[in-house]
Amino acid sequence: MTTIDPTTRDLWQVIAATDEVPVGMVETTVLLDVRLALTRDTSGNPVVWRRTNEEQDDEIDPETVLDRLPVITGYGYVWTSLGNPPRELFPIPEYAEADRKNMSCGSIGLAVSAPRAVENFLDMGHFPYVHTDILGAEPHTEVKEYDVEVSEERDEVLATRCKFIQPRAAKSATEAMEVEYVYRVPHPFCSVLYKSCPEDESRRDVIAIFLQPMTEERCRAHLLQSMIDSESTITDLRRFQQTIFGQDKPILENQYPKRLPLDPRAETPIRADKSAIAYRRWLSQKGITYGVIPMAS
Amino acid sequence: MTLSLSDPTWYPIASSEDLPFRHVYQGQLLGRELAVWRADDGNVNVWENRCLHRGVRLSIGINEGGELKCQYHGWRYANRSAGCTYIPAHPADAPARRIQNRTYPVREAYGLIWSAANDQQAFRPFAGAEGHDWFALRPVPVNAAPEDVLAALGGLAPDDQPADLLPGLAVRFGGIYYFVQPVDAGRAVIRGLLREQPVDAVATLRHYNELLSKLRDRLERSAARKPAPEPLQPAYDKVSADLATMPDIAIPKGNTITVMVKRKWVSADGVIGFELAGRDGHLPTFQPGAHIDLHLPNGMTRQYSITNGPGELMSYIIGVKQESASKGGSKVLVETVREGDLLSISEPRNNFPLRRDAIRTVLIAGGIGITPLLSMARFLDKSALPYELHYFTRAGETVAFRSELEALHGKVIFHTGLPRAEIGTAIATALGQWSMAQHVYVCGPGPMLETVRDTAAAQGWPDESIHFEYFKNDKIIDNSSAFDVELARSAMTLHVPSGKSIMEVMREAGLTVPSSCEQGACGTCLTTVIEGEVDHQDVYLNDSEKRANSCMMTCVSRAKSARLVLDI
Repeated sequence: MTTIDPTTRDLWQVIAATDEVPVGMVETTVLLDVRLALTRDTSGNPVVWRRTNEEQDDEIDPETVLDRLPVITGYGYVWTSLGNPPRELFPIPEYAEADRKNMSCGSIGLAVSAPRAVENFLDMGHFPYVHTDILGAEPHTEVKEYDVEVSEERDEVLATRCKFIQPRAAKSATEAMEVEYVYRVPHPFCSVLYKSCPEDESRRDVIAIFLQPMTEERCRAHLLQSMIDSESTITDLRRFQQTIFGQDKPILENQYPKRLPLDPRAETPIRADKSAIAYRRWLSQKGITYGVIPMAS
Repeated sequence: MTLSLSDPTWYPIASSEDLPFRHVYQGQLLGRELAVWRADDGNVNVWENRCLHRGVRLSIGINEGGELKCQYHGWRYANRSAGCTYIPAHPADAPARRIQNRTYPVREAYGLIWSAANDQQAFRPFAGAEGHDWFALRPVPVNAAPEDVLAALGGLAPDDQPADLLPGLAVRFGGIYYFVQPVDAGRAVIRGLLREQPVDAVATLRHYNELLSKLRDRLERSAARKPAPEPLQPAYDKVSADLATMPDIAIPKGNTITVMVKRKWVSADGVIGFELAGRDGHLPTFQPGAHIDLHLPNGMTRQYSITNGPGELMSYIIGVKQESASKGGSKVLVETVREGDLLSISEPRNNFPLRRDAIRTVLIAGGIGITPLLSMARFLDKSALPYELHYFTRAGETVAFRSELEALHGKVIFHTGLPRAEIGTAIATALGQWSMAQHVYVCGPGPMLETVRDTAAAQGWPDESIHFEYFKNDKIIDNSSAFDVELARSAMTLHVPSGKSIMEVMREAGLTVPSSCEQGACGTCLTTVIEGEVDHQDVYLNDSEKRANSCMMTCVSRAKSARLVLDI
């Protein structure tokens, strides 16, 4: 039986897009090897509990569910916890800006651990190879020097000054441009990316990935976009993000081992991996053991 | 019998037919996954099936014929050595360190590919292997314990012809041999060999397929009734400590390798080719543009570029110019070194890295300068990347490595005996106006190098796009400073006055100091710096190496501080 480390147990964990949870009907899922059931009550508030004999699509009166897990909603998603979660979710202030198009872009199953998926999200080196002609293309393969810090105050990994030439950085982009990125990892299984916005030079598009660790070697990726784009439809914007993710999936599922090794000697780092190295160390220092191969003590 | 991860037995892991060119086969043995691929030279590689960078399976990688390219970050690994040759995220100076994937022993024989979990045991043919024209059956995978599969295969033998159990999970009766490939504790593949080619191959394959399918169904039914055995847990080797950190620079080690002169021939008028073969298996991985230091019988050291293409590691081929005015370097090689002689070389070192993501690559060679560019052209050629190679030779001089150049698929243009003025025009035309992601690489006589640099600059080529290699340091050495050097290991402090090099002072003090060019171009006298600030004046180290201030050349470098502490 897998043990869940205390840090992971006490985190808020994403489990579904709020809008997609039916009212009065059971939805089932798995979180940290625990089978869960969820639904929404008549006021639309999610209700989550440990699944016993409920089946997917059973009708249920949410009032009869007594032994409930903690619930919070945020950024379009339902979050729960198997332990004692903090009062609030990590902040993404841009989400509240009035003129943004906020959307969930689907929940995609991945046969790999959640931390592996976070690391892939942080990584620019794969753009020309995995997202050819969209997020990158040869000859622009070089990952230039960028800055990484682990902020103790905010308890997050922050990578800034990340630049990459992209043939088609966003749905609204028409030609290759050098895109500047900022990556935040404010939660062991979530990452937020800020990238220069083709429509407004002074602001940034926000793309976030929230990973639901189902088992140590399986997760679901829940995607959020918060865009400044007056042209594209929500469907187009979603499709764009899903195309990108569809390209990552087969690569991620061919990563071996599926859990993320935290020992710096498990894999060969290069300068471009600064953010990945900081992320691995941060997980190690937090005592996370779920979905990773901890350092041999 | 219990399966062991460290079992040194050779087992078949694929059929020869599974390895067509430009394909990567996913093999399995004793709980491990293997990337199995054939290079264009026919060599079969059996590697751990994961890229050392982020663990992505190499069986989904791209087989370029001499190198395998990982699909995640484009890292390339060489045929035979599994050494990493290119890291696109840092194309200029990568790989700075020796990165090598894990390899397993391999032998192709009797229509099968054989491998083992380690090198402890030499490959031995099974009893009765020699003297037959073997025919391999279709492999049949079975979800059952390998030892149960072996027992069931033995049961196929006719009553009057009992099965003969062979070492290594094999069984024989009549003219048929069955080998059980232990995939994992509960999984196996049956690989059969017939002693003769059958008259009707298709009917034979079908017959055995039916027979073995029935056997498989029976085995899997009975395996399903038993508790599933615990799968084997292969451990992944850790990378070495120096690979796990991220140093900016690589200090080449002083390792030398003994090679044998396998072939010596006249490649062109005045150019002698030498093929230097490793004595035991393959030589180290090299990058296009790399050179070796060759230690000559008269005690001198000279640098020669490797002309080989990707993954060609059984020998290095170099070209040596036979100059009448030679001071003894190439003269000794050309006149006294013979086929069969042993020579000492350094590990390959690259001062002339080739970007392999350019839209257009122009290679310009003058005379013997063709050698590093031939290697570059071969690498670009194998990866089907666009390039042009312009090869300038003087009137009367003949083209070296002509047949090798003619075997390339790219654009190779010979410019023979052009008058000086026309060379400039030819270079200007060859370069054209610069546009993004175009690179030029030039190697040849000094004046030609200058022409290419000036012309390129005039036609809009930025410095970062013009690449050239010095075998000579043309800079004027400023030796006006005076300082002290402390030799840490020799427990000696010497004063270096203006006008004298550190090397000269060390020699006067009775130390033996290796050197070659004595002008900061070859790297022979590279020394580790423990303390002090170095005034680099060489052309050997790159900028990041110089900034790191951790090594220097004792022949031309000096101190900016009052004192230097060297690891000598």
